[in-house]
Amino acid sequence: MPSTNETREFPGAKAPERTGSINSSGLRLALNEWGDPDAPVLAMVHGGFDFSRTFDVFAPMIAEAGWRVVAWDARGHGDSDHAHMYGWSADVRDHLAAIQSISSEPIVLLGHSKGGGQLLDLLDGRPSLAKAFVNLDGLPSQFSSPDVNDRERRRMRRADLASGLDRRRRRNELSRRPDTIEGLAERRQPMNPRLSREWLEYLVTVGARHDDEGWRWKIDPVLHLGGFGPWRPGWSLDHLAALEMPFLGVLSGVQDDPMGWKSRHSDIEPFLPPGGRLEYFDDIGHFLHIEQTRVIADLVLEFLEPLR
Amino acid sequence: MTRATEFLVNGSLRLALHTLAEGEGRPLLLLHGLGEQSPMSRPDWTSAWNGPVLALDFTGHGESDVPVSGGYTPEGLMSDVDAVLAQRGPVTIVGRGFGAWVGLLVAGARTSLVQGVVLFDGSGVVGGGSQPPTPYVNVLPASGTTKPDPYALLELSRDPRPPDYALDYVRFVLEDSEIENPIVVSARIRPDWLAAVAADIGVIELPLDQAIESFT
Repeated sequence: MPSTNETREFPGAKAPERTGSINSSGLRLALNEWGDPDAPVLAMVHGGFDFSRTFDVFAPMIAEAGWRVVAWDARGHGDSDHAHMYGWSADVRDHLAAIQSISSEPIVLLGHSKGGGQLLDLLDGRPSLAKAFVNLDGLPSQFSSPDVNDRERRRMRRADLASGLDRRRRRNELSRRPDTIEGLAERRQPMNPRLSREWLEYLVTVGARHDDEGWRWKIDPVLHLGGFGPWRPGWSLDHLAALEMPFLGVLSGVQDDPMGWKSRHSDIEPFLPPGGRLEYFDDIGHFLHIEQTRVIADLVLEFLEPLR
Repeated sequence: MTRATEFLVNGSLRLALHTLAEGEGRPLLLLHGLGEQSPMSRPDWTSAWNGPVLALDFTGHGESDVPVSGGYTPEGLMSDVDAVLAQRGPVTIVGRGFGAWVGLLVAGARTSLVQGVVLFDGSGVVGGGSQPPTPYVNVLPASGTTKPDPYALLELSRDPRPPDYALDYVRFVLEDSEIENPIVVSARIRPDWLAAVAADIGVIELPLDQAIESFT
């Protein structure tokens, strides 16, 4: 097994310049920052099964343009505490706690995937938090759900229920499976098929920890993909239409990417808030800001320029 | 009898399971409403039940532990009931209010272990309604050991309960159950989800005492 100080390099990746923590009603959330601490704040919210260090290339790129970029790990993810309970609304509340701890003034918020969907909820209820909102492929739509009939949907839900309960019965015995850096990267590849092995190996060294048996992802082993309960993608569109701050949505049009909601431009466009902007890339996958970092960073910076 | 209490392990927390009456055979498990706790003694309406009568305090309620920073969902609290099922095996459930909602969910998730569920009136039966309520996001101070946990009251009174979601669980029960009428509605208050459940052709309605008797 590799030694604990083994690292990987990735072009453009920079470790956070400052680290800290946020207290969300007694739960500690890990905080990372890049850029001038006196610059205007742009907060980034990661997606499900990700962590804030997945912004290690994107965040420095934004920071170099004159922003203080702040990102935190969701409960149970990255270096944040594992919680007894998890849920969409708890994540949304954690985001509020984080934002309130960072600034008492409106800031720019950017969310990817699930993080973007959760910010839609938060900003519908707390619009004064943001002076602008950028959503990277986190716009769930009711129209783009996979073509699954009712019987199949119920079967999937039922299987998910049983496995979720079984997992929670065993939660005190669960641990993430140890592996080498290369092994963990290989196991993550199916969720990130368009990202390079070099990047995934870098992620292991910042998103996993090493013990006597090898590297293990830090994410709470009780967490699993899915498990949104009665939540429906279409509910998010109500929140989108309600927004009042400057809005930029960026959609991936790659339909065979295993992650993401596969919303199409025509699904979202009718629900854009007044003045809202929607960009659609049919050749960039769900992890737009990682796959084409410069393109997405330039788009975000151009959108934000009038707000500086 | 004076209720006897034991504590079940659920992750890092303890759950209080009370025995309100001893007996042989399958237990009757009582699930309380939102913000409530288990009764101190056996309710009169359980008199037809000859087996043990148990009552569970949900996480953040009664004598059960309070988690750090909430995160309550009905689906998450299914694991509270599942901890009882893991220890005691098959039970019949009577759920009040919020307990009725969780009772239906866990009956659908553990069809071989929940042998009948009675849905009755009680606090928290409505939840957030059929659609998400107006967004309300607030950070509360760390609650420590305050019970009922303010986060439980906040989060479990706002969870959406679409009727078709409830009917999925009805289908799970009806497809698997070996009992003729495994779901009985005794509640008089009928939010949309419960009205849909009661209207399902596989569900019957009975007064509470008769509902319990139907599972003896």
